[in-house]
Amino acid sequence: MTADPTAPPFLRLESIVKQFGGFTALKGVSLDIRRGEFVCFLGPSGCGKTTLLRVIAGLDPQNTGTVRLAGRDVSRLPPSARDYGIVFQSYALFPNLTVHRNVAYGLKLSRAAERARVDELLALVGLPDAGPKYPAQLSGGQQQRVALARALAPSPGLLLLDEPLSALDARVRLHLRQQIRDLHRRLGITTIMVTHDQEEALTMADRIVVMNNGVIEQVGAPNEVYHRPATAFVADFVGAMNFLPGVLESPGRVRLGDHGFDCDGDHLTSTAPGSAVTVCLRPEDVQVRAAGGANTLDAVIESLEFLGPFHRARLAAEGLGSARVTADLSANLVRDLSLDPGRRLAVTLPRERLRVFEATR
Amino acid sequence: MSARMAGARTLFFKPAARSSSRPVEPGERWLFGLGMGGIALFLALFVLLPLGALFLRSLYDRDGVFVGLANVVAFLETPTLVRSVVNSLSLSLLTTLITVTLAFLYAFCLTRTQMAGRGLFRLLAQIPLLAPSLLPAIALVYLFGNKGILRGLLMGETIYGPIGIVLGEVFYTFPHAVMILTVALSTSDARLYEAAEALGANAWKRFLTITLPGVRYGLISAVFVVFTLVITDFGVPKVIGGSTNMLATDVYKQVVGLQNFGMGAVVGLVLLLPAVLAFIADWYGQRRQMALLSARSVPFQPRVNPLGDRLAFLFCALVGGLLLGLLAVAGFASIVTFWPYNLTPTLANYDFAQFDAAGWSSYGNSLILAFWTALVGTVVVFTGAWLVERAPGRAAMKGLVRLMAILPLAVPGMVLGLAYIFFFNAPWNPLGGLYHSMAILVLATVAHFYTVSHLTAVTALKQLDAEFEAVSASLKVPVWTTFLRVTVPLCIPAILDIAIYFFVNAMTTVSAVVFLYAPDTKTASVAVLNMDDAGEVAGAAAMAMMIVLTSAGVRALHALLSRALQARTQAWRRR
Repeated sequence: MTADPTAPPFLRLESIVKQFGGFTALKGVSLDIRRGEFVCFLGPSGCGKTTLLRVIAGLDPQNTGTVRLAGRDVSRLPPSARDYGIVFQSYALFPNLTVHRNVAYGLKLSRAAERARVDELLALVGLPDAGPKYPAQLSGGQQQRVALARALAPSPGLLLLDEPLSALDARVRLHLRQQIRDLHRRLGITTIMVTHDQEEALTMADRIVVMNNGVIEQVGAPNEVYHRPATAFVADFVGAMNFLPGVLESPGRVRLGDHGFDCDGDHLTSTAPGSAVTVCLRPEDVQVRAAGGANTLDAVIESLEFLGPFHRARLAAEGLGSARVTADLSANLVRDLSLDPGRRLAVTLPRERLRVFEATR
Repeated sequence: MSARMAGARTLFFKPAARSSSRPVEPGERWLFGLGMGGIALFLALFVLLPLGALFLRSLYDRDGVFVGLANVVAFLETPTLVRSVVNSLSLSLLTTLITVTLAFLYAFCLTRTQMAGRGLFRLLAQIPLLAPSLLPAIALVYLFGNKGILRGLLMGETIYGPIGIVLGEVFYTFPHAVMILTVALSTSDARLYEAAEALGANAWKRFLTITLPGVRYGLISAVFVVFTLVITDFGVPKVIGGSTNMLATDVYKQVVGLQNFGMGAVVGLVLLLPAVLAFIADWYGQRRQMALLSARSVPFQPRVNPLGDRLAFLFCALVGGLLLGLLAVAGFASIVTFWPYNLTPTLANYDFAQFDAAGWSSYGNSLILAFWTALVGTVVVFTGAWLVERAPGRAAMKGLVRLMAILPLAVPGMVLGLAYIFFFNAPWNPLGGLYHSMAILVLATVAHFYTVSHLTAVTALKQLDAEFEAVSASLKVPVWTTFLRVTVPLCIPAILDIAIYFFVNAMTTVSAVVFLYAPDTKTASVAVLNMDDAGEVAGAAAMAMMIVLTSAGVRALHALLSRALQARTQAWRRR
């Protein structure tokens, strides 16, 4: 995927507000999406991600705000006057029509041209022989691919995927994830996918839009969202995370219990020294082999949980009080050092991996 | 009525799925508005406004002078009418007790045992649905009447009165109770029984702690439905009531006999009371019932129990045999020369012209009525349900139509018929032209049986994927194309059910029609009533048998059609 960052946005959402009765599902959401991008809306259920998708689709029109698609204001247009294909979690295939007819449902072509187009699409999703079958005769993953072919058939400018993989079992999901990604790479169609599965978002998206409570918490590339979460919510929602209560000494310096730690503090210049903060660190970023220098603690392994490729350790450190640090230790590290509960060891919390947020919780 | 339709009863106000407030295509807007407005208008004209007219009419005397509550006072001061209230209440209660007890045992045997012939017994329980309520009463007269062969069994008591009424009403209401209780007993969670057994609870304790609480709302519903059916039924007491007056027969007498419309309206309103109470109780119970069964429940599979299964079989054979027997008596009496003295077979009783000037034409009228009711009713009900459940539109409007669609369930046929007289016969009503036409019979019957059909359609529509319309919109396919190409084909089984339900009910109904027919639109069921009134019981039995045969034939045709359809659509139906 190569989206030109200088081009005008393909889809522009401005201050979208959506209310259901007294409940405000979207609280003034603005977002630009470039042509050809693969964007994931990520968030817990009820965060407004599906509502935002349905606003874009025109299925649940916004109360205020505008939707511009390919330079056109489509805010008040009905779904059929916009230009998109959509795939739902439930597939929504028409059970009484064959796969061929399902895919051809939105086509207005001559018989021969329709046939060719349907065959082309079925080949594209890897189901060249499924045409005469009925949806019920296909597996869940195959049905979802048919739904994808149907959505793509009229060559829409935008593809909307509403939790397309959540109804499938784990193996099929992995396979289909890859296939959707390949399809996107080949067709270059601007794609928005709603998901509550952070792994799905991290592996598939060019950019992730993390949402919570009807607002956007962060927009960024997967590794940005993962490594530099903009808010405590994003830090918590994406991946596993240690949350350690601390006090800000100065931008770039926090105190955890009796210990002082260096940290990245550029974004904390406006926070008064002495404020309560939350210090975040990913379990896999706790260093054991290269421990030493600043930010190093003496710790005791309280428990060790086997998780296959790695062990999850609970560490109690002197001077940290009741706080515990969770660390993911690779299998061979545990083997090499023959680590056991009760073992003492030195661990380093790397400066550049510590994220500090004002304590709100 | 199939299990699908009985099941629909348990699906009152299920909360609507994600409301589709999507903007409507300009070309679709007027069509949806027209459709929704049309359904609302239909229900307003043929349910709401007539009931309003009935209410108003009760405030006027027979000369059309406003008298306020004088009619109500007169009602309360007429000893015979008060006597009717007592009769209606006591006999309805007694019938309810007997019917619900028998129906519970019968439904229990059907759902909780492995006895032989369950499919046959299911069918036998439905026999009374094929006939007007006049038929069991006629058969009882043949058996226990003045010339009855089993008269001795009554030990000097007369069948013309409470005994006959209760027996006839039990027959008439039995299938309704069995259907409700079968549905209630089928929705059980096997895991509860397994857990109880693992905890050492014996069969009796399991019955008391799991089965009964599980069906309590079904039982409440059955009690109210049966009670309402009995207190508003007019066929059985008319034929066999003798001098025992009931409220339903009083309405008929006041209006048709004495032309006292004001008093008729008061009695009609009194009849509306238990029905409305039943409706509210039913609605309340069903809201609770829904929570009992989750998607993860495991259906209960009864185990083989040789003794229990045999006892169950004996019981069902007895009850089913009585149902069939009563029908057979009427059938047999209709083809003999002179019951019970001359049993030479003859078809003379089917020469209706000798008993009734209308002759066979009333049977023809019933066929016409049933055909049009099935056609108009199915189209209106299904389209209406679709507009409410799947089409875009204002939520308030949809709520209003939903409410109006549920309302007819609370209105007894007699009350509806009476209300039509006041509404459509009023000099100011521009729709007065409908009065005494076949059209008003069709519309009355559609309105009378609207609710159950509507709920059946709603149930079927709710089973469809909620996003069909959204997908078609994204593919730029008009929503009515999807309605015709996808929704209707997927709902064909439910649509057929609705059509049959309308057809059979139009064949058998007496209550609303008896107030609305004209000489040239008299139906077969009314002809049964008239012939019985005139003492031509054999002719009445023969006409009733024509209704039974037609209903049974249509039901059989429906079964065949459904099976053929099932085979044809096997390919796309899951499992």
